Amino acid sequence: MLAELIFWTPGASTTAQQVDWLLLFLVLVCGSVGLLVAVLLFYFCIRYRRGRVPKELPPTKKPLLLEWGWTLAPLGPFAVMYVWGAHVYLTAYTPPPDATPTYVVAKQWMWKFQHPEGQREINTLHVPVGQPVKLLIISEDVIHSFFVPAFRIHMDALPGRYTSVWFQATQEGTYHLFCSQYCGTDHAGMTGQVIAMKPADYQKWLNFESDGSLALRGRQVFLKYRCLSCHSTNAHARAPVLEGLFGKSVPLKDGRVVKADDGYIRRSILKPSDQIVAGFDDVMPPFEGQITEEEIIAASAYIQSLEPGGTPSRVEDYPPPTKTPAIKSEDIDHAK
Amino acid sequence: MPSEVLVKPILRRRPPQVEHNYLNASRGMASWLLTKDHKRIAILYLIPITAMFFIGALYMALVRIHLMTPTGLLLSPDAYNKSFTAHGVIMVFFFLVPVVPAVLGNFCLPLMIGAKDLAFPRLNLLSWYLYMFGAIWAMTAILAGGVDTGWTFYTPYSSQSSHYNVALTMVGVVIAGFSSLATGLNFIATIHWLRAPGMSWFRLPMFVWTLYATSFIFLLAVPVLAIALILVIVERVFGIGIYDPALGGDPLLFQHLFWFYSHPAVYIMILPGMGIVSEVIPCFARRELFGYKFVAFASFGIAWLSFFVWAHHMFVAGISAYSALVFSALSFMVAIPSAIKVFNWTATLYKGSITFEAPMLFCLGFVALFTFGGMTGLFLATLGVDMHVHDTYFVVAHFHFIMVGGMVIAYMGGLHYWWPKMTGRMYSQWWSKLAALIIFIGFFLTFLPQFVLGYNGMPRRYHHYAPEFQAWNVLSTAGSSILGVGYLLPLFYLPYSLRHGPRAGSNPWRATGLEWQTPSPPPRDNFEVTPIVVRGPYQYPQGKAQHEP
Ligand SMILES: [Cu+2]
Ligand SMILES: [Cu+2]
Repeated sequence: MLAELIFWTPGASTTAQQVDWLLLFLVLVCGSVGLLVAVLLFYFCIRYRRGRVPKELPPTKKPLLLEWGWTLAPLGPFAVMYVWGAHVYLTAYTPPPDATPTYVVAKQWMWKFQHPEGQREINTLHVPVGQPVKLLIISEDVIHSFFVPAFRIHMDALPGRYTSVWFQATQEGTYHLFCSQYCGTDHAGMTGQVIAMKPADYQKWLNFESDGSLALRGRQVFLKYRCLSCHSTNAHARAPVLEGLFGKSVPLKDGRVVKADDGYIRRSILKPSDQIVAGFDDVMPPFEGQITEEEIIAASAYIQSLEPGGTPSRVEDYPPPTKTPAIKSEDIDHAK
Repeated sequence: MPSEVLVKPILRRRPPQVEHNYLNASRGMASWLLTKDHKRIAILYLIPITAMFFIGALYMALVRIHLMTPTGLLLSPDAYNKSFTAHGVIMVFFFLVPVVPAVLGNFCLPLMIGAKDLAFPRLNLLSWYLYMFGAIWAMTAILAGGVDTGWTFYTPYSSQSSHYNVALTMVGVVIAGFSSLATGLNFIATIHWLRAPGMSWFRLPMFVWTLYATSFIFLLAVPVLAIALILVIVERVFGIGIYDPALGGDPLLFQHLFWFYSHPAVYIMILPGMGIVSEVIPCFARRELFGYKFVAFASFGIAWLSFFVWAHHMFVAGISAYSALVFSALSFMVAIPSAIKVFNWTATLYKGSITFEAPMLFCLGFVALFTFGGMTGLFLATLGVDMHVHDTYFVVAHFHFIMVGGMVIAYMGGLHYWWPKMTGRMYSQWWSKLAALIIFIGFFLTFLPQFVLGYNGMPRRYHHYAPEFQAWNVLSTAGSSILGVGYLLPLFYLPYSLRHGPRAGSNPWRATGLEWQTPSPPPRDNFEVTPIVVRGPYQYPQGKAQHEP
């Protein structure tokens, strides 16, 4: 009863259980030291109040041992707190390899989610219980922070860069999602919910809501922005083939080698000149200001899905890349 | 009662004729506004800084009333955001940072080391004008349109908003920062050059040690704050990309620079408070400060380490895991010198002959609240806990325990301790003890609930909130109204004592410091004869004499 009054937010993820145990440890250690100090303060104040000690006392001694004792003694518990805390933290920010990537785009004052299966949600995130979910988070404007108290996780959404955190829900339920980094007028309204469902129900929800996978939408982005005119399998292609690129190391013209992850792909779309692949020229126009974060995410998902031989062949009678063409669904089917 | 014992001999010693002291040495507005007397400058600071405190508190009163219901009671989102920003900016930059060095440090430092004044009296006056200029400048911006960035001014939000009040407020903050920097420089020079004969380094009162450490932080950290804020202004005014990624900047750079100042600033605020406590506890326990050298070096340990922990504010901000590991470890290290101090204060009470006048009550309250606040700091240094409670009310509660439970209460202790020295009058013992008690209780009621709110996930700076958080918010608001009463009481009984309080005499607390060996209020030049120091600062008579009234 009392416990529920002071501690009512459930711990509904694997991380939450670890954080709560750690908290309990800290409360016990700090609580007992704090109690010791409080008791000593009280005892001394009463025992040594004026007029209470009439008999002669020896002059002040300086027990150096005591000084060094309480200087060094905290190091022990501190080391435990530090190592344990670091372990929980590293676990929470190192996603397991099989985690489902889900993209989060924050903006004043809403949360947008994109599932790899293609569902898009606003301010609500459906997740399966018992399966790890990895979030790739980015902001379109100022800094926000993705905070689900029941999962005990937190990650800032930065403009211009992906950040990441993962969780695995352990209980079905609907949980608060808060923006916890102050972001302007309606900061307090930038809330939502995370709905953890049984895997079977989740699968049902996925199928019900689906309008084509994220990668498929990325393919449309790819065609819309005429990426194909250069990134083709044509022998005279002016840009690297993107098949099987994701996760590989890419040697750059300036000698650096970078890993092809979401961040790399995003930067290469927005500011291609910063990272010219070895053997190619700086011919790609920067897409900064022309493409939305959500389109970038879709394009990135598409590139991840590209297997050898998967690049569509160029359709030569498309007009040159001046205006955005409307993509008809027949085009996509046809290319398949 | 001990308090009566204290006051009676003083009454008997009432001097027959008016003495010449710093207050009546010269008259007229100009004699104050152009004074080079450190004691008068301290009084000049006391008035606007007290005003700033109550303005800051008023903004928080609005916020706390507003948060009584989940939907919010009285403010629009923008008004709410501007209120908590005004509260933070005013309290941190115009009250907490300057208050103890500028008021109590200014008044006491020369007296405590047996000097006639600070090393650079004109610079001291300039500091005051800088503070006034910065404060008026920032208040104008806050009142004219308001700033809604939070006191942390995080970019790119602060560099994007459409009006210029943000930049103006930052200019005010930077100006006030340079006022503190000048004061710090002045203190360092004074401590090095103007100690009385025999006042060796290890005979310095602890308050002087902590002011010395604080001054170094001012010197090293204020320029970085100035750079961080000036770059925001440069970005806003000239559109040069520094923090805004849309312009090619890095938003995290601001957080690094800002916390490089603002974390040490936490210790700017708390260190002089620790100094006050180290003066008051030995005096009212009639014991030598336990572990003098440990406490002195701990102050420098804190000052030094405080520069290497700034990124603990950014554990979930997208910094690398390795830097998080390093900054977490360093944050634990900074807790050790703080723990040393708590243990030494407690040990000072051992075998004492303790009385409980208002300064002592405040300082005992400080030890309790600072210990509590410091321990919750360990929770935040622990990476695995911080990643959950970051930016929640847990953090709000933690730093208010340090800043209000620690610093404000220590300041109240110091003000009550030195008030008879500053004014020559003794305030009401009964009312001052009552105020100490009310502040202590009100404080606990205000901020304990916020730990609960934070761990359950209520984010800070929320204009409205989920209904399950209401009960603890109401409790916190109730506590803050008690706290408010506690703050208002001294506003009555302290000024009342100026006219009606009994004369305090030179040494009402029978303390050993040099400042108590000159009349109250002190003469213009502090000491009639330059004192010669032959003992450490806390040589209270021991044995039977310890218990003599
Ligand atoms: Cu937000
Ligand atoms: Cu800090």
